Amino acid sequence: MSDSRRSVTPASVSPNGTDQAEAIRAIRLRHPWRNIVAVVLVAVLVLFIVDASQRDAYSWDNFAKFIFDKRISQAAGYTLLLTVYSMIIAIILGVTLAVMRLSDNPVVTGIAWLYLWVFRGTPVYVQLVFWGLFSTIYSTIDLGIPFAEPWLSLDTNAIISVFWLAVIGLALNESAYMAEIVRAGILSVDKGQDEAATALGMSWLQTMTRVVIPQAMRIIIPPTGNEVISMLKTTSLVAAVPFSFDLYGRSRDISAVIFDPIPLLLVASAWYLLFTSILMVGQYFLEKRFSRGVGQARPEKNDNATGTIPLVTGVIDTPRSEPDPGTDTDASGKEHR
Amino acid sequence: MTAAVASDAPMVYADRVSKSFGSNEVLKSISLTVPRGEVMCLVGPSGSGKSTFLRCINHLERVDAGRLSVDGVLVGYEERGDKLYELKPREAARQRRDIGMVFQRFNLFPHMTALENIVEAPIRVNKVKKDAAITHGRELLARVGLAEKEDAYPAHLSGGQQQRVAIARALAMEPKLMLFDEPTSALDPELVGEVLDVMKGLADSGMTMIVVTHEMGFAREVADQLVFMDGGVVVESGDPDEVLGNPQHQRTKAFLSKVL
Repeated sequence: MSDSRRSVTPASVSPNGTDQAEAIRAIRLRHPWRNIVAVVLVAVLVLFIVDASQRDAYSWDNFAKFIFDKRISQAAGYTLLLTVYSMIIAIILGVTLAVMRLSDNPVVTGIAWLYLWVFRGTPVYVQLVFWGLFSTIYSTIDLGIPFAEPWLSLDTNAIISVFWLAVIGLALNESAYMAEIVRAGILSVDKGQDEAATALGMSWLQTMTRVVIPQAMRIIIPPTGNEVISMLKTTSLVAAVPFSFDLYGRSRDISAVIFDPIPLLLVASAWYLLFTSILMVGQYFLEKRFSRGVGQARPEKNDNATGTIPLVTGVIDTPRSEPDPGTDTDASGKEHR
Repeated sequence: MTAAVASDAPMVYADRVSKSFGSNEVLKSISLTVPRGEVMCLVGPSGSGKSTFLRCINHLERVDAGRLSVDGVLVGYEERGDKLYELKPREAARQRRDIGMVFQRFNLFPHMTALENIVEAPIRVNKVKKDAAITHGRELLARVGLAEKEDAYPAHLSGGQQQRVAIARALAMEPKLMLFDEPTSALDPELVGEVLDVMKGLADSGMTMIVVTHEMGFAREVADQLVFMDGGVVVESGDPDEVLGNPQHQRTKAFLSKVL
């Protein structure tokens, strides 16, 4: 640090920015192509809407007639139930599978991997058809000791309805994806968090539920929101089971009766759009809730510090090897003890 | 130092403790004693095993050989007859409750406010009533000079403030022993003093402390015993003024010449 390279603000110049340069006033750069592209896009959109409103094939009168039809709103309810139930089961199973995959026990890890391999590796439509044939494969559910006379033998058809087969089919498929999302979330939490909780005497379960999972949520929620929205739409595949009281199934049934499929497709789409929009709003608030304490303001330096703004000392290479004479680190001296 | 001399066992007693990670032996037959109410500073180059030894004391790492006991009780194992049994997680957690630990990188829970960080373990682990825990938590925050920061999230606090909250969090469990793992190494130089001040106050109050540090000034001033470790062995130990002022061993001299 030679003195010749030091730059010192002259005493005549006010150091706190009262002597500012004039603000720049320049002609703004024009973007003519932006405007042209925008006008063309708006024109195409308006043309499409005007045309669609007058086109017979859309038969808007039927759309208006069925959009609030009781059968449709009931079907919308079923679609919601399918979504909610299967997502709840999928999340619980997914968390279990994620914890299994992070287990120290290689057999547990292996079984979780096998599950993921099967349920992610086959199409959900095919899986739903399989669940539809469940009662053909297993006509009774027997409780008891294997290879002995069962204590209780239940007729599969009698105890599991088509609705629940659809829920199970959707949930098991989804749980494989949720497991990976949850696993990524857990792995994203710093190892030090786990250590700090452990050092405080918290149990594994307390560490997970109070420290790790709440932080993992920030990573888990955005993709889970996508999964919920995706699930809402995937429920339209339950016809494979076959379950036909969902939104898409119902609207197809009605259109078969009135020989007019297009307005009912629009009806179903409108309901799906309504639900996904609501879900997107919900996701926004959830994300906000779980990002508590993350990256808002910068820490305020020296605010409320216990009087330790050090004076500059000569020793630059090892500034902390010897307490700075200007701090009360040293000022309090040995007489304390 | 204080009246708390209930049992005559030393607070920490290590007898030929060894620890390896794979084929890498990081602790080689460490023997140390920390009497109740005293402060021991562990210094040495990085990789010398200081932090590992500290982590062994609250069983974050398992000891491979030798005996390590805290307040007369074996850490991580139970001796019945002539056999050692590994402790169940619940029993290990019970031992850790009495040992506070402060980390180099603070490890505050970022989704909780300063006060929530402090009261979490007393409420969940020690089953302290919420009101009592909050009252005590506020006292501790005041003690580390952060009374008005109870609602601040860690991200809104400076490094020095975060570390002071971390100390308060460890104290909330009313530990009989405090372990500090390079508590000021991640701090900007101008924030080191505020943390050392809190630690000094704690030492003055009679807390038994083991501090892994590079702050030689702090060690000289506060420590009753200074231990210099290198390559997994205790090279030299004793009165800090003696060790720092008149090092006997070549390795101690070489290290101190670099940091002092």
